[in-house]
Amino acid sequence: MSSTTVSRDRTGFSLAQYVTCLNGIVWREALRFVHQRERFVSALVRPLVWLFIFAAGFRQVLGISIIPPYETYILYEVYIAPGLMAMIQLFNGMQSSLSMVYDREMGNMRTLLVSPLPRGYLLFCKLVAGTAVSLLQVYAFLLIAWFWDIAPPPIGYLTVLPSLVLSGLMLGALGMLISSGIKQLENFAGVMNFVIFPMFFASSALYPLWRVQESSPLLYYVCLFNPFTHAVELIRFALYGQVNWISLAVVACCTAAFMIGAIYAYDPSRGLVRRGSAGGET
Amino acid sequence: MTAISATNAGQGSPDTRPRDVSAANAALSIAGVSHAYGARRALIDVSFAVAPASFTALLGLNGAGKTTLFALITRLFGIQAGHIGIFGNDVGRAPGEALRLLGVVFQSRTLDLDLSVTQNLLYHAALHGIARREARLRSDDVLTRIGLADRAGSKVRDLSGGQMRRLEIARALLHRPRLLLLDEATVGLDVKARADILHHVRQLVSEQGIGVLWATHLFDEIAPGDDLVVLHQGRVLGYGPAQNIIAEAGARDINSAFMRLTGAAVEPGGPVP
Repeated sequence: MSSTTVSRDRTGFSLAQYVTCLNGIVWREALRFVHQRERFVSALVRPLVWLFIFAAGFRQVLGISIIPPYETYILYEVYIAPGLMAMIQLFNGMQSSLSMVYDREMGNMRTLLVSPLPRGYLLFCKLVAGTAVSLLQVYAFLLIAWFWDIAPPPIGYLTVLPSLVLSGLMLGALGMLISSGIKQLENFAGVMNFVIFPMFFASSALYPLWRVQESSPLLYYVCLFNPFTHAVELIRFALYGQVNWISLAVVACCTAAFMIGAIYAYDPSRGLVRRGSAGGET
Repeated sequence: MTAISATNAGQGSPDTRPRDVSAANAALSIAGVSHAYGARRALIDVSFAVAPASFTALLGLNGAGKTTLFALITRLFGIQAGHIGIFGNDVGRAPGEALRLLGVVFQSRTLDLDLSVTQNLLYHAALHGIARREARLRSDDVLTRIGLADRAGSKVRDLSGGQMRRLEIARALLHRPRLLLLDEATVGLDVKARADILHHVRQLVSEQGIGVLWATHLFDEIAPGDDLVVLHQGRVLGYGPAQNIIAEAGARDINSAFMRLTGAAVEPGGPVP
């Protein structure tokens, strides 16, 4: 007589079942992404507009001195490429949070939350799914950028991957945390004005921090404390096979903090069904 | 283990005795559950039980607290006071164990309209850790049973309201739960679709032994032999076999029994306003 032993946690689920759940959530997110072609196109067009128009205009007025990780003078387009990669992930993270608010309004979120698997794990799966989608977008951008002579060392395409995963998780977790506080879809426009634009512009995505420091020491410190700055720098260094340890630590800590915050915010005791809503839902 | 009785079934209501269901053998046991939104109390010391392989109707006006109760059972809300158990598993302390035995159809639709019928089922299966091959077999099976096999590849948004409801019930059964909750599952459907869904759910009780809690505000969905919980302004006013509640209220039917218990103005034969 033979017997097989499957390791199960205290809720009675095996590792294989956790993996099945993760696959299912990633698969569903990918399907939604494929169905929303406009989302993919706009996710690509946005950074390309910055690269082809904004950077082309700025290269003549903004000189870039030799700063790590670059070993020589570089074109402005090369400088902003990591920032645009992070921008793709920033928008994707906020798009994911927008989709969570939509799911909550439409009721789809309940399907996820009544799953017997631990809620923190379910949110983590959502996060991984959103990050996977952002990676597709970033690599599509890198492919197009390569034709524009933005070509990091070939190994850079590989070494940047862990950084992209980490920064994608951080920005996705931030989006998730924000989504927990948004009661209605209409309120999401505020996220654009108060989160995405300030994070993007008050960072090293478009200009080196030493230039910011020259013009405004206060803004320099704002940039320094902006986690998006560190996501950009983490990607920038990784693209050239290097590690910016400070940025790595900041991004890792922020990922953990945002994730814990999101799990807390989606805790059942805080309530997820809008009370007193129409249709007798009380 | 003591039998659960409706602890606040007073207020001049008859002494309706529930079936002999203890918390240990109940499909669903609700004991002393209260819930408040700030100062407004939505549920007040609610207690009742649903026996395995039984159909229990939860009858109440809009705003009675039915959906709040469902949110507590499904852990969308945290339990502020009291205990909820599903086959002996405490929802607050062992939510995983409890939720894996539970299937839910919410009042508002929760299907992903942009995915196909099968994709919705496979997604639900994944959320319960059911491997893809097994999930495909089960989804084919449930789609055949509910007569939607030919729509397996259709997008959900192309289905009729009745088909969507049947699909939601099929989805709720995919992980083979032993308790099924349905919150106003027939709202917005035509007469035939309502009758079909009710018939299908009653078959699940008789053929598969699933315990059902059916929240409704429609009297004609309740049969005399059903267990009945009358919920009004967050309190249980009556709990037991429907015929007992009718008899002990000195009424001729559920309409008038409900009216006597709650003092609500009810259109004869029609839905609760």
